[in-house]
Amino acid sequence: MTQFSTDNSYHPDVCVLGGGIVGLSVAIGLQRNGLDVTVLDESDTALRASRGNFGLVWVQGKGDTLAEYANVSRLSAKLWPQLARRLLTTTGINVQLEQKGGLYLCLSEQELKARQLMLQKMQSNADGDYPFEVLDLQQLREFIPEAGPDVAGATLGPEDGHLNPLLLLRAMTECFLNKGGTINNRGKVTKVTPNQNGFTVFTKNDQYQTAKVVLAAGLGNKELAPQVGLSAPLSPNRGQVLICERVTPFLHYPTGHVRQTNEGTIQLGDSKEDVGFDTGTTTQVIAKIAKRASQMFPILKDIRLIRAWGALRIMTPDGYPLYQASTEHQGAYLVTCHSGVTLGALHEGPIADWIAQDHSELPLEAFNAKRFAL
Amino acid sequence: MQNALPFNRLETNTSEWVTVFIEDQAVKVRQGDSVAAAVLIAGLTPTRTTPMSSSGRAPYCLMGVCYECLLTIDGKENTQACMTLVHEGMKVNKQHQARQLGQSETFKDEQV
Repeated sequence: MTQFSTDNSYHPDVCVLGGGIVGLSVAIGLQRNGLDVTVLDESDTALRASRGNFGLVWVQGKGDTLAEYANVSRLSAKLWPQLARRLLTTTGINVQLEQKGGLYLCLSEQELKARQLMLQKMQSNADGDYPFEVLDLQQLREFIPEAGPDVAGATLGPEDGHLNPLLLLRAMTECFLNKGGTINNRGKVTKVTPNQNGFTVFTKNDQYQTAKVVLAAGLGNKELAPQVGLSAPLSPNRGQVLICERVTPFLHYPTGHVRQTNEGTIQLGDSKEDVGFDTGTTTQVIAKIAKRASQMFPILKDIRLIRAWGALRIMTPDGYPLYQASTEHQGAYLVTCHSGVTLGALHEGPIADWIAQDHSELPLEAFNAKRFAL
Repeated sequence: MQNALPFNRLETNTSEWVTVFIEDQAVKVRQGDSVAAAVLIAGLTPTRTTPMSSSGRAPYCLMGVCYECLLTIDGKENTQACMTLVHEGMKVNKQHQARQLGQSETFKDEQV
């Protein structure tokens, strides 16, 4: 989708730096606001968190120490059905969104109790408006009969769900292109220079003059942000994901560690490692993930493992997103988070509206990087 | 079983003949053949149906990558036929849609 012209210079209304789920969510929301948008996507050598994630649209327990984060996560979950419908209408791609609740299984009474306390606290902080249930093993088995005897219980978040993240990425890409957007996918940004008319964005071969730039480049934002007067203290956190063979559906609800896709594939995950930019896998972690999953669901113990991969989460020091407009260089925006799938509908909706209209009803100051300044 | 496909055996494998049962029909193949080769030479087609649309599939890449050759081999569902060698008396059946977990013999034994 690379456009060529003789001077290799382009003038879109907005450049979105990053062609993953976060960048594309914002980009299609900006198009909805009538803007001409170009997405600059690094290349296939990029870290590609959007190709490695688990696919949960997850609310429960998120934002236990930041009510604003709990609120935007829930808002995004509420906005998801209409975005999924829009993607289906525009592209014909069903992203397989399902939101009938999610379960977080605990393997000890202690863990279950701690989770219950955390969710109760969140509920009281939200004046009671925070739905969840605590299930013992017997109650859990009404949802998932295959839960194993080692499971103490689970917490149920009725607003949780999941979708197919690869179909989502494809649907968003097609939606963006259908609406006249341009994606440059050899577009690793080498430099952003603020100037009188906005910004000049340089890639290896092209340059873009634009009034607004949106930094949605995942871990790449760390280097880009200071160029437009922003700060993005991000670090990678590796998660390994295991893909098992397709089996007849038995898991009708996504869980924090295991989910079954619409096609029957069993996906296992939720490891967390601080290993720099290494996207590899290790047998030790694969074994640990597999063991935990088969403790939760003994039916999995002879399932075949097809493949595994590592992907890097984009983490701020407190794990919460950064949504910030540059005061030094007006027109530059930072949008970065680790939950790009869950927050996709928020990014396509209120976040894109904020960038297009320079105004938002959301309490975005809570997501300012100033919180990390000493 | 009729050889409906244009596969002919080259005389490169001269090991012993063994009998396998493909959909309950005896088929003579050479020791060292893969199950994928056996079902191709036997003309079994399709060899599986897909989990989502039930459309037919048959062995394709023959090197363990594409997962199109999944069969039920000696009662074990979703087994990659191209990665499995034949043995005397082996029972090979089509893989109908997705595997049903918890149905295999090994699993039932361990459940006790």
